[in-house]
Amino acid sequence: MQPIVPEITRESVTNLINEGKRADGRKLDQYREISLETGVIKKAEGSARVKIGNTQIMIGVKSQIGDPFPDTPNVGVFMTNSELLPMAAPNFEPGPPDERSVELSRVTDRGIREGKIIDLKKLALIPGKKVWMIFIDMHILDYDGNLLDAAALGAMAALMDAKIPTATVKDDEVVVDHENMQPLPLNEKTVMCTLAKIGNNLVLDPSLEEEGIMRARISIGVRSDGAICSMQKGGERPFEKEEILKAIDMAQEKTKELFEYLPKA
Amino acid sequence: MITIITNRDLEAKNSERPDGRAYNELRPLKIEAGVLERADGSAYLEFGDNKVLAAVYGPREFHIRRFLKPNMAVLRCRYNMAPFSVEDRKRPGPDRRSLEISKLTSEALSPAVFLEKFPRSSIDVFIEVLQAEGGTRCAGITAASVALADAGIPMRDMVVACAAGKANGQVIMDLSEWEDKEGEADVPVAIMPRTGEITLLQMDGQLTKDEFEQALDLAKEGCMKISEEQKKAIKNRYGGD
Repeated sequence: MQPIVPEITRESVTNLINEGKRADGRKLDQYREISLETGVIKKAEGSARVKIGNTQIMIGVKSQIGDPFPDTPNVGVFMTNSELLPMAAPNFEPGPPDERSVELSRVTDRGIREGKIIDLKKLALIPGKKVWMIFIDMHILDYDGNLLDAAALGAMAALMDAKIPTATVKDDEVVVDHENMQPLPLNEKTVMCTLAKIGNNLVLDPSLEEEGIMRARISIGVRSDGAICSMQKGGERPFEKEEILKAIDMAQEKTKELFEYLPKA
Repeated sequence: MITIITNRDLEAKNSERPDGRAYNELRPLKIEAGVLERADGSAYLEFGDNKVLAAVYGPREFHIRRFLKPNMAVLRCRYNMAPFSVEDRKRPGPDRRSLEISKLTSEALSPAVFLEKFPRSSIDVFIEVLQAEGGTRCAGITAASVALADAGIPMRDMVVACAAGKANGQVIMDLSEWEDKEGEADVPVAIMPRTGEITLLQMDGQLTKDEFEQALDLAKEGCMKISEEQKKAIKNRYGGD
């Protein structure tokens, strides 16, 4: 349930955007202030705390040894999970993940999976029997709009921060050495840009208020080599083809800024 | 078929605490009030390697009718551990342990709050353990009190919690994770510091009556020290002395 936005706010925010301005003084293609810290949780293999404006997410990466999926016996497993904590907004309820939380997890997962960010083959230990399982858990602490971009940026940073134990196979037995930690095998980096359609314009990084009145939104996952690796359209109204193409151009341009926040590696 | 080599096999020497603390010494403590935008009140607390976030919403309309009280507010708590807060990933969602802690936290905080001022409403307290290192229920209660104060909810006192217990044959204040697991007993206590009244008391392990009394006194002494930090956090946020 989205909170109701007063009609007068809807009108004034839309009118501003039609004039190329925004209520918080940003340009249409400008992010709010972004901050990203890594290595904030010692008990996690990798972690990151990301803030876009007042939206705040804590992300932890954990690893454990487990069984591969039967249809992909020779590659490692990774899972992405998110919790829209009831502390993050007055309308978030405790309980099992609702559809918004599942969408957030799945879209973040898709960017990483389809962008081939993690080299999953290197996470296989005994083919068909034992593999590394990597868990990305996203804890939404404060919701002030645009969770998707914050989640994708934080998840990428936490993966880059992660160090897992060295595992070797001896006589069909896995030996896990916690004294020798090594980084996760990563091929690439990916981040995501979300644009909201309000009035006749596309605005980058919608705030909470803008999300309340947007007609639709489009989120585009881009790799550091410029390839598009995931997309998600949301919202109740349609897009035209030209708008989507324009959004891709904007995303490819703006993700360059986001990559700058990631650790250099 | 999985062998695990760890570098965490701490061996404590006789009557010395593994982290070198004195028997009545707390771990380093840091509390900050008002850290979240959306919540009505919030607090972030670091206590040793514990990292805990608490948020408060309310008093607000109570939408579960069968639980509402016509003459007072209901203080509801949810204690939750992040999957990445512990060594082996915790499955998300409530388990028996966190449900019990949620109930006790609510009971520990309620006596301090003027619930009778807000009939038919709820005050919701959410505690998130981001990193756990022994004593998270006490850390959660301490943080939640600061968040309640930050939310401007009228209270008789700011409840504060601290554990004491026994490890290596010695009665000690504020058990670490290792002392909690390997030690003989753990006594988490919450008090209202102005009166010293006890609002949370649990014990597991074995103590004589004398040892229990020592532990209780140590826990209360710890509470009084932590209480000063709670007040500082509120003063830092809102000024005044």
